[in-house]
Amino acid sequence: MDWETVIGLEVHVQLSTQSKLFSGTSTRFGAEPNSQANIYDLAMPGTLPVLNKTALKMAVRFGLAVDAEIGRRSVFDRKNYFYPDLPKGYQVSQLDYPIVGKGSLSITLDDGAEKLIGITRAHMEEDAGKSLHEDFHGRSGIDLNRAGTPLLEIVSEPDLRNAREAVAYLKKLHAIVRYLDISDAIMAQGSMRCDANVSIRPRGQQEFGTRTEIKNINSFRFVERAINHEVERQKDLLEDGGKVVQETRLYDSDKDETRSMRSKEVANDYRYFPEPDLLPVEIEESFVEAVRAELPELPDEKKARFMSELGLSEYDAGVLVSSRDMAEYFEKVVALCGDAKLAANWVSGDLQALLKRLDLEITDAPIQADRLGALIARIKDKTISGKIAKSVFDTLLEDDSPVDNIIESQGLKQVTDSGAIEKLVDDVIAANPEQVQQVKDGKEQVLGYLVGQAMKLSQGKANPGQVNEMLREKIK
Amino acid sequence: MIEKTVAELSAALRARKISSVELTQTFLDRIARFNESLNAFITVCEESALVEAEAADAARVSGDDRPLLGIPLAHKDIFCSRGVLTSCGSKMLHNFIAPYDARVVELFKEAGTVMLGKTNMDEFAMGSSNETSHYGPVRNPWDNRRVPGGSSGGSAAAVAADLCAMATGTDTGGSIRQPAAFCGITGFKPSYGRVSRWGMIAFASSLDQAGPLCKSAEDAALMMNVMAGLDDKDSTSIDRPVPDYSAHLGDSLKGLKIGIPRQHFAEGLSADVEQSIRDGLKQFESLGARIMDIDLPNNHLSVSAYYVVAPAEASANLSRYDGVRYGYRCDNPVDLEDMYKRSRSEGFGDEVKRRILVGTYALSAGYYDAYYRKAQKIRRLIKQDFSRAFQDVDVIIGPTSPHKAFELGAKSDPVAMYLEDIYTIAVNLAGLPAISIPAGLANSLPVGMHIVGQDFDEARVLNVAHQFQLATNWHRHKPSLQSGEA
Repeated sequence: MDWETVIGLEVHVQLSTQSKLFSGTSTRFGAEPNSQANIYDLAMPGTLPVLNKTALKMAVRFGLAVDAEIGRRSVFDRKNYFYPDLPKGYQVSQLDYPIVGKGSLSITLDDGAEKLIGITRAHMEEDAGKSLHEDFHGRSGIDLNRAGTPLLEIVSEPDLRNAREAVAYLKKLHAIVRYLDISDAIMAQGSMRCDANVSIRPRGQQEFGTRTEIKNINSFRFVERAINHEVERQKDLLEDGGKVVQETRLYDSDKDETRSMRSKEVANDYRYFPEPDLLPVEIEESFVEAVRAELPELPDEKKARFMSELGLSEYDAGVLVSSRDMAEYFEKVVALCGDAKLAANWVSGDLQALLKRLDLEITDAPIQADRLGALIARIKDKTISGKIAKSVFDTLLEDDSPVDNIIESQGLKQVTDSGAIEKLVDDVIAANPEQVQQVKDGKEQVLGYLVGQAMKLSQGKANPGQVNEMLREKIK
Repeated sequence: MIEKTVAELSAALRARKISSVELTQTFLDRIARFNESLNAFITVCEESALVEAEAADAARVSGDDRPLLGIPLAHKDIFCSRGVLTSCGSKMLHNFIAPYDARVVELFKEAGTVMLGKTNMDEFAMGSSNETSHYGPVRNPWDNRRVPGGSSGGSAAAVAADLCAMATGTDTGGSIRQPAAFCGITGFKPSYGRVSRWGMIAFASSLDQAGPLCKSAEDAALMMNVMAGLDDKDSTSIDRPVPDYSAHLGDSLKGLKIGIPRQHFAEGLSADVEQSIRDGLKQFESLGARIMDIDLPNNHLSVSAYYVVAPAEASANLSRYDGVRYGYRCDNPVDLEDMYKRSRSEGFGDEVKRRILVGTYALSAGYYDAYYRKAQKIRRLIKQDFSRAFQDVDVIIGPTSPHKAFELGAKSDPVAMYLEDIYTIAVNLAGLPAISIPAGLANSLPVGMHIVGQDFDEARVLNVAHQFQLATNWHRHKPSLQSGEA
């Protein structure tokens, strides 16, 4: 049967505030267990929450970036359940009145087409702590450092039709929150987490099939694999006459499979009710406008500008804006070298290949943007050829002296002095009388051979255009 | 000296007729003598009290003249006090030494008062008789066989028995005013949001409010001058200017319009209480006030709505007592679930468990609309009733409680107990300020008069109460104590 996949994602993004959502404790990652938990985070009797205004502002920033309605009156609720790493016995979240309402973002499909994906809502909530079941001599430890860290839960509409679209959506979300500077969004560290609701239905059918929720997907690659695996599992089930059970499934990346966690039928009744320790958050129009005024240029806008102002191709522009760090790197390079196309080729070509080879992020690039910019500037002003530039690029990895010093000290500077070039040309003519005769006889292509010989003789430093011109003149 | 009001003690301290150390020692001696029979205190801080008193005396010598400097007080054991047991009347917190001060405690420290100790209370403030305390019931100083009211029963009894000059309490449905009425003292619940709830152990967050228990409205004003104000640690505290509550005590009541709710003088009110209140109203008339009947048509729904909203909030507020981080943990739990179940079954008393169950039920899927949402709707109606009434009147007066103090064990049916708060609960649901002041004695037991004001009109309520106390002597009546017998 021809099946259609339907996917919706729930993405938790940790907001990169200095302090927690309702207390002044630091949110720094990786501190000693329980060193970042104050009396509120520990749920000491009598303590009360105070909303972190920065987190609120970040949530509004996100809402505006995805063209969403901003909840002018958003309400916090208590979500009740018992777990040792949930100190209050309830999580403060938002149910009926989230800070961010309906919005959308566009993704680029494999065939280059754009598709709009709906965002149902995004709400603020506090993170739980962590239970540690190892290294405690058979007992469980609790680390409350993370408890109370602000999260933005972003819920998509079931608009995604395959795992590739889901990854594209997730990457776009990642790019947006990074552009907005509201989250580190590092999946491996858990500052961006993704749950996927997956169902399948016979193509053409209107109503959705029974969905399962896949949890614990902690990389972009695993999102694709986990969804594909789950789709296959559901297909096998249905084609064998079975039924999909609505349940939560855990993705195991080692085994590349999902397995049942708990059935939704016996799921907790969270008994949500409005958090009486916090008043509803009333947001003024002026606040929203102030946040809007501070919005940075977002990926889609930047891509359009790269195409119209810098003349880049849609593909190049798309690659360069896909991460804020890369776009920033690229723009620095352009500013220094003054040639967007050359810069685009180098950043998305040689630099990307290098980063891939060394398994590094662009923020840790071993060649800083200012050095790459300086290098490309020397290509543009013809100080060096593109070929020489590639060897200088390699040298930059080991030698951190300025680009010009390296070109100078290694004598890589292109030879443009006509006297020097004349000598080269004379030497080549003298050494290749046969080929010179062939050129005279009208065999144009042999001229290229002679140019090559001159370049070789100059160790690549001669300006090939000048060599060519002078050879023609002399042989004529 | 011991029976004097805070205002009088303040004057005596200023005039150096007595030192804070002498005063503190006198109260400590009285506590030693009478607390065994009254059970008003859970913790007595003898040493630290004397240290604080010495500091107050030293400050006085160096020119410090603040009104409450050196005045000995007691805090309800619901307020966190750094380094001191803060039990909330529960076995669950029998070992909880608070690591920080509640804002109210901090403010009284900053005012130079002396903390004598922490007073007994119904467990987690859930009760109207102080019989649900893990530390045993408090006895009414007027009659040892009777309850002091609750939940701030320890504070009320301590003030009535002159074991302290003043005390703090909290009021969720009447927990300051009803014990004040039963013990013949003055008890004031400010508007919701007027006093910080930081460090005050939560029962029902949207209703809880701290306030004074003391010997006169004048003293309540002095205490409010310390307690009231915005606290950025409590998001529900209100940013409104705090007046000098003592400044308007002397205002004349000529032309004051007093509303008498028909619903508060109906079935269920005992005759002797009604008589005292009617006599009091005549007193107000002679002071130039005008009395008129008003309606609070939804008042009869207040107890039902309250017993949905308060337990619902409590069911979540008390989830943190799980035996994981502090407080009571059962012995030898076999696993997590066992630890939760037994720690909570063993650590909480029956009334607390009852309310957690009721609250959990009211919030459950399928019942939320029928209970919680409906109760919130009733809450709005009750608020509207008051707003409408206050278009015509300045204050509303009635009895604080339908009865005088009842005997221990007399209200074994929970609903009968809940109905004791029928006049006070609506005020919490509406968030209004209200005071209970002594308005008579019936068969040698005090009767409390309830004066309700408009939102944040605390000064008016205190003014009306003070004028009554200038004209009458009910607040000067004292129980005769017998020491050492229960």
